[in-house]
Amino acid sequence: MNSSSTLYKKKGPLVVFLVPAFLFLILYLYYPFVQNIINSFSDITGLGAPAQGLNDPWWANYATLFTDPKLRTALGNTVILTVCTVVFQVGIALVLALLVDSIRVGAQLFRTLYFFPIVISATALGLMFNLIFLYNGGMLNQLLANLGLIGKNIDWKDTDHFMFTMLTPVMWQYVGFYFVILVTGLNNIPQDLYEAAALDGCVGLNKVRYVTLPLLRNVLCTCLVLAVTGALKVFDLPWVMFGAGMPQDRGWLTGTYMYDQTFNRGNVDYGSAIAMLIVVLGVVLSNVANRVFKPRNDL
Amino acid sequence: MGRKMTPAKVCTYVVLSVWALTTLYPFVWVILNSFREKGLIRKDSFSIPLPGGGFTMDNYAKAMDRFDFANAYFNSLIVSVSVTVVVVILAGLAAYGLVRYRFRLRGVCYSLIMAGMMFPVFSTIIPVFRMEAAWGIASSGNRWLSLLAVILPQIAGNLCFATIVLMGFIESVPIELEESAYVDGCHVFQVYFHIIMPAAKSSFATVAIFSFLWSYNDLFTQNFFLRVPREKTITLLLNEISSQAGVDYGLMAASVVLIVIPVLAVYVMLQKHIIKGLTAGAIKG
Repeated sequence: MNSSSTLYKKKGPLVVFLVPAFLFLILYLYYPFVQNIINSFSDITGLGAPAQGLNDPWWANYATLFTDPKLRTALGNTVILTVCTVVFQVGIALVLALLVDSIRVGAQLFRTLYFFPIVISATALGLMFNLIFLYNGGMLNQLLANLGLIGKNIDWKDTDHFMFTMLTPVMWQYVGFYFVILVTGLNNIPQDLYEAAALDGCVGLNKVRYVTLPLLRNVLCTCLVLAVTGALKVFDLPWVMFGAGMPQDRGWLTGTYMYDQTFNRGNVDYGSAIAMLIVVLGVVLSNVANRVFKPRNDL
Repeated sequence: MGRKMTPAKVCTYVVLSVWALTTLYPFVWVILNSFREKGLIRKDSFSIPLPGGGFTMDNYAKAMDRFDFANAYFNSLIVSVSVTVVVVILAGLAAYGLVRYRFRLRGVCYSLIMAGMMFPVFSTIIPVFRMEAAWGIASSGNRWLSLLAVILPQIAGNLCFATIVLMGFIESVPIELEESAYVDGCHVFQVYFHIIMPAAKSSFATVAIFSFLWSYNDLFTQNFFLRVPREKTITLLLNEISSQAGVDYGLMAASVVLIVIPVLAVYVMLQKHIIKGLTAGAIKG
């Protein structure tokens, strides 16, 4: 590219440019991450407590990962969350993006509205959804009762409904994020391609199927990778709404379970092992998503 | 394109409006109910509270009275502004160095930054806490040190994203400008401050806004380091209110509104930058 510039031949200033940022990264991301790996093999009983040597056997925590029923629940829920994220978040976002792309008036307004929930903290949203899903007189129960759809209030957080109650806010919050990414991708498709397609008699849904979607594939792939890795990290909203694994230990997610083990139960080393699992799953899943969806001839 | 409303177009607008309603209405509902008299929320939460018909400011008065919002806003601002300023400075410098210089470890540095985006906070927070406790910053009982203990890991957490977004923009600044400035006798730092920063101004704004919002909204890190009441930030205060308010739903609604308002103001004023910056980063990455 532009490597030949004389201005950038002298490498001295590079130290000033790079050292501060990388000092931060190493001290606050990489060193703790390595330490976390070590912790996951050690025996630590409290947050402030030093490690009391290695576990016996040293892989004990990783063996527990395979037998812990709560972790299995957490993983199962997280898989459901991931699938729903991909299908609903990206799906709804794609439909909305295609629709907004086809209109002129009000497109900017819709963008602003759709993106809005993302800037609100999950704590505030969690409280808000607690009010909405309230058993006695929450918005949803009142609405359904007013419409005459339910005879008595639904407990949205019981074992039959908690999945819906937990997933809906998470889905809802981030649709706008993928929407905006997809709209930007759509804007980058050159207009003359559509015109050429129209000349060949390709209009309406056919246009979407044969022109838009193939050209959007790269952006869609980015969305999917973000959705998959994002789903693994979900913490705030379910934590504010459900706390520790409600109802009856069935509502765990990997994020909330790891937090609970570490901070409420003092199982610091096991928490570290769960964190490792989250990282490994994130790397593996995003690679898989990349393999599956990435077109071969790009770059 | 004509101004005619075809059936397809009507459908489009209906679908778009329905989704817009789902994003907007919950907030409207909460705002309405924050002005409603106690006890009425659970009976009739959909009407507009009018003076004489259930309208009250009591919920806000009670929220302000029982909880120290001013102090929490102050703490939040200290943390988020510091994080924003440091992230913008460090990420800008690093992005510039990585884009313009060719050196042996460049690939490694770039990978380090990309991989840095993958770490969930969960996996680094415990060692960070222990490290900071050993330095005497974390859980020292001193308010300013505790805030610093939050600021530092938040900077590291936002740095990778910020650097990647800025790299994308700095790459698109034409290098000829920099070269001619160099020929005119500018030092490389002068080039950075007088050419790069002004040229990529809007992307710096985006990065700043995002660092601010993420820092302001973050619950996990703050919850971890700030334990004493006078250290509490606005997010933590809200978390505390949610556990204390019990069945006082009016109080909860009012508190949600109080925390959302500053963010809402920032969003409405700066939404163009916000949307632009996020998508730029995501697509480049």
